[in-house]
Amino acid sequence: MKRRLRDAPAAVLMLGTSMVLLAVWTIYPLVRAVQTGHLSCNQTGTQCIDTGWSTYFDVFMSKQFQDALRVSFWLAVMTVPAGLILGVGLAVLADKHLRGIGFFRTVFSSTVATSVAVASLVWFVLLQPEIGVLPDLFSGWIPALKNPGLLRDPDTALPAVALSSIWAGLGFTFIVITAGLQSVPKELYESAYVDGAGSFRRFTNVTLPMLSPSILFISVVLTTRALQTYGEVALLTGGGPEPEKSTTTIPYLIYGRNSIISSDIGLKSAAAVLLFLISLVFALVQFRGLEKRVHYGN
Amino acid sequence: MATDIASVNTTHGWRKVGRYSLLTFIAVLVLFPIYAVLLQALKSGPDSLDHPRSLLPVDLTFSTIRAAWDQGDLGRLLFNSLFVSVVVTAGVIITSLLAAYAFAFLEFPFKGPIFVFFLATMLVPGEVTVVFNQRTADSLGWINSYQGLIVPSLASTFGVFLVRQVFLQLPHELREAASLDGVGHLRFLWEVAAPLSRPTLGALGLFTFLGTWNAYLWPSQVIRGDRSHETIQIGLDRLKSSDISRLNLVTGGLVVAALPIFILLVVFQRQLVRGLTAGAVKG
Repeated sequence: MKRRLRDAPAAVLMLGTSMVLLAVWTIYPLVRAVQTGHLSCNQTGTQCIDTGWSTYFDVFMSKQFQDALRVSFWLAVMTVPAGLILGVGLAVLADKHLRGIGFFRTVFSSTVATSVAVASLVWFVLLQPEIGVLPDLFSGWIPALKNPGLLRDPDTALPAVALSSIWAGLGFTFIVITAGLQSVPKELYESAYVDGAGSFRRFTNVTLPMLSPSILFISVVLTTRALQTYGEVALLTGGGPEPEKSTTTIPYLIYGRNSIISSDIGLKSAAAVLLFLISLVFALVQFRGLEKRVHYGN
Repeated sequence: MATDIASVNTTHGWRKVGRYSLLTFIAVLVLFPIYAVLLQALKSGPDSLDHPRSLLPVDLTFSTIRAAWDQGDLGRLLFNSLFVSVVVTAGVIITSLLAAYAFAFLEFPFKGPIFVFFLATMLVPGEVTVVFNQRTADSLGWINSYQGLIVPSLASTFGVFLVRQVFLQLPHELREAASLDGVGHLRFLWEVAAPLSRPTLGALGLFTFLGTWNAYLWPSQVIRGDRSHETIQIGLDRLKSSDISRLNLVTGGLVVAALPIFILLVVFQRQLVRGLTAGAVKG
């Protein structure tokens, strides 16, 4: 008891900075966003009235939010399974003692060095119909590459954004899965081999179960990233092409430069809180659904 | 995925060739975007328009990169990114060390609830807090300033947990022996605990530096049109031009923006892997 009080001044000094920072820049804005989410404001945002919790429901059901939610959802569908399969496939392929394998591992990890802005602008340049390399090489097979250009066609803009995201996320997935593979005890493979399991059986019965914690982790991270995609959209399409706004994700609806709700702090708050809840639900569903199959060892 | 004994028996010559071919093919696919952009950056503007098909490294020049450097004011942008990232990294390491020390070595009232408070903040994504953080920054006069870019990122819950984990594994006798010798908390932290957790601090530092350098959403909301405070991530956007003959200036900017990070990662590959996998693999 005496020690607890004697240490208290030191604890206050050591924790103080972090606590103040977290309170001001994490807790306060969260609480204010939840509160402000029930306000309806006029055009200039100067006058707001409290319309209660139902405001959240109204925002959720609004056409703009539903459209953005659909875009965010499709982005997750296009990027998460593809990113996972590619990442696991590459990690398994490179998990062998071969001469020069270190070089391939470095190459496969390399996209982790690209930021959202760099990766997006790389694909922006590659896909430009006027100067991009991809339209020059492949427009014979995919005419949309040249006319009007994948990013300018409402049907292909979102898949193009997804392509950029998958490429940019590959390095991260590869690194995490490779580390997961290296922590699998070699004896498991040996006994499976002795039991007569072929390489496919060894993959499904040893590798996949032992990788499941890493796969669950990656799956949650990739899904959260997909739902919270902002920079890719800002740089690749600006939420367009107009008028369908076929790449306006929820974060872009909230923070985009030309967003229709950019001056309404009430709507922005409500949409931001809803985005947070939706991300939480997706993460929980994945944990609940996959947990039973995840093997955490002893 | 196969073990050594397995490979002795099953990996024949032709399988090896197959695997190498597949590895090479995928490596080419992964590297192609980087190669194509790098090549475009190393050709002069009109030339790459005249021969867009040529993916061969011929007629290389630095003129595009130089033009991008001048027009995008990339020196300034690089300095801003570097300055902000270094200060945030140093700050996060200090605040994480201090808070982790309190949780690991001190006894004080409300320790449990305060710990839960820290845990809870980890769940809140930036996408929610940016709405009001922009207002807070505005009322502090921090829009278009270094403070606005730096201060909100100075505390890292992830860092606190990572360092606390290491501190808890240090032998308890160390602290007891030190207090018997009259060594105070700060000296013990600085001279014993921090040096012993250097690998973790390295991973945390690298991770924080990368995260800050690469940040997009918050910088794009707190820097509004003031070029002198833009980071390179949000400043690159200016090089996108509607003028087709100058569109490849972006490629020059991309090379300048990506190069420091590629070098950093090649040097610190081990720390990066440790940092990225800290949350994923049981250990």
